[in-house]
Amino acid sequence: MPEKLTVHDPRGFPPQVAGKPLAPRLQSLDGRTLYLVDCLFDNSDAFVDQLHAWFTEHMPGVEIKRIAPRESWVDDPEMCAAIQQDGDAAVLAVGL
Amino acid sequence: MHTHVFARLARSVARANGMPTTRQAFVPQPVVGRSTEELRAYVDGEDPVNGGPFMQHVIEGLTNPLQDEDLAGMSFDRSAPRLLDPDTEESLQQRFAEERWTDFLPVVLPTEERVAQMLAGTSRALDEVVGRMRPTAFREFWEFTVEKVAVNAVMAGARPEYLPVILAAMASGMTARSSSTTSFSTIAMVNGPIRDEIGMNSGIGAFGPYNHANATIGRAYSMASQNLQGGSTPGETYMGSQGNSYAYSAAFAENEERSPWTPFHVQHGFDADTSTVSLFLGGWYTQFGTIRDDTWKERFRGQLAACDPFIGPIVALDPLAANKLVEYGFDTRENLVDWLAESSLRPAREYWDNQWMQTLVRPWAVLGQEPFATYLKAEPDEPVQTFRPQDISVVVVGGETGGTYKLIAGALRDSIVSIDDWR
Repeated sequence: MPEKLTVHDPRGFPPQVAGKPLAPRLQSLDGRTLYLVDCLFDNSDAFVDQLHAWFTEHMPGVEIKRIAPRESWVDDPEMCAAIQQDGDAAVLAVGL
Repeated sequence: MHTHVFARLARSVARANGMPTTRQAFVPQPVVGRSTEELRAYVDGEDPVNGGPFMQHVIEGLTNPLQDEDLAGMSFDRSAPRLLDPDTEESLQQRFAEERWTDFLPVVLPTEERVAQMLAGTSRALDEVVGRMRPTAFREFWEFTVEKVAVNAVMAGARPEYLPVILAAMASGMTARSSSTTSFSTIAMVNGPIRDEIGMNSGIGAFGPYNHANATIGRAYSMASQNLQGGSTPGETYMGSQGNSYAYSAAFAENEERSPWTPFHVQHGFDADTSTVSLFLGGWYTQFGTIRDDTWKERFRGQLAACDPFIGPIVALDPLAANKLVEYGFDTRENLVDWLAESSLRPAREYWDNQWMQTLVRPWAVLGQEPFATYLKAEPDEPVQTFRPQDISVVVVGGETGGTYKLIAGALRDSIVSIDDWR
């Protein structure tokens, strides 16, 4: 019978995860302001252009606003405040 | 919205933020380099992960009523036990590999006795927090103690006297296992008296597998980064498209004794008697050269033009090459760095036609940060200086069997750490 060893777990200490509720959903986008957030990845502005065009063609009742953070990968409180102040919803686009 | 190869990562991040039901829609990879027509086809097309029309998922994600699970989020505790259940060596080796706690080479199992022996290499308490680390800015920090670093040092085959170097590297918070799609690695260089105390190699073969301390310190830093930051799993916590062999082990010592200049850490404000580890984030490219009287300037200029503009080089000179450059008038390391920076010219269109310059540097230029703002206004064929002096590190390493040098991608990020603090 081979000897049994007791060894350490090599993993670090993860943070506790606290559940957060999703933001309330809208019943309809019609007449609402939707922010398209350009995450500043290379060519994401061109993708957001096409997203914007789709809404213009298919859902003209949605007011589209474009916005981007000041820097890539850095929280931008001013941008978030602007969206919260006069936006009804937002989508973030897009990765690589 | 994400591209489809990031689906597993995006869901993992949502879960780690307590919102596993975050609405996510996916388009095909890549967005980079795709034309207007191709991107429009993405928008009009199918979601390759969820199935069905992409825009249907977007609209439904914004308007469909929330369910109980959406409102509750998810709370959970991922804490692991200090010790694993006893098992045979063969089973434990298998488990460590299956859990991706190794680099897929055999490891030394971290028994209580071996970890206790490793901890003799530092005066620090085993439960003292060393730092926090994460594989990318998008993920959560994990925390780790002296004991956890010692566990990984044992696994990598390190000796107790190396532990202060490994602790210092980990205390930097700079991971050796970045998740970046670019396949970062982190290269560690040691300066000061500890190099000789623990027998590190700064001479023949310093970058290669010819020295126990170099090999296992680099491996321990890499393995500890992987395990203490929450993993380095392809598709989830590692997205390096091609990977990087420097990530197995990349540690060496500067050859201070044969260098014509003051040691690297002294250049950066440390006393010569202080031992430090300098951590360079990069490893994207490696170029080789020799110093030739007639063409050395042209060769450096060509090689600097071939470096990726986002990450400046470590210019690692064999002492023979360094002394040759002293003959050419570079009596200080700083003078050489300045000349290399001034020589790193390329056309503006080439400087900006780069994914990471567009993603990360262009926003700084738009905000008016110099020199990037001026470069953004430059004509396409106008030469711009790719690297600032602070983007280039000149180091001396090698055994004088050839007047050679390497240019290795490597950026300092306030990442020179005192080893003596961790003895």
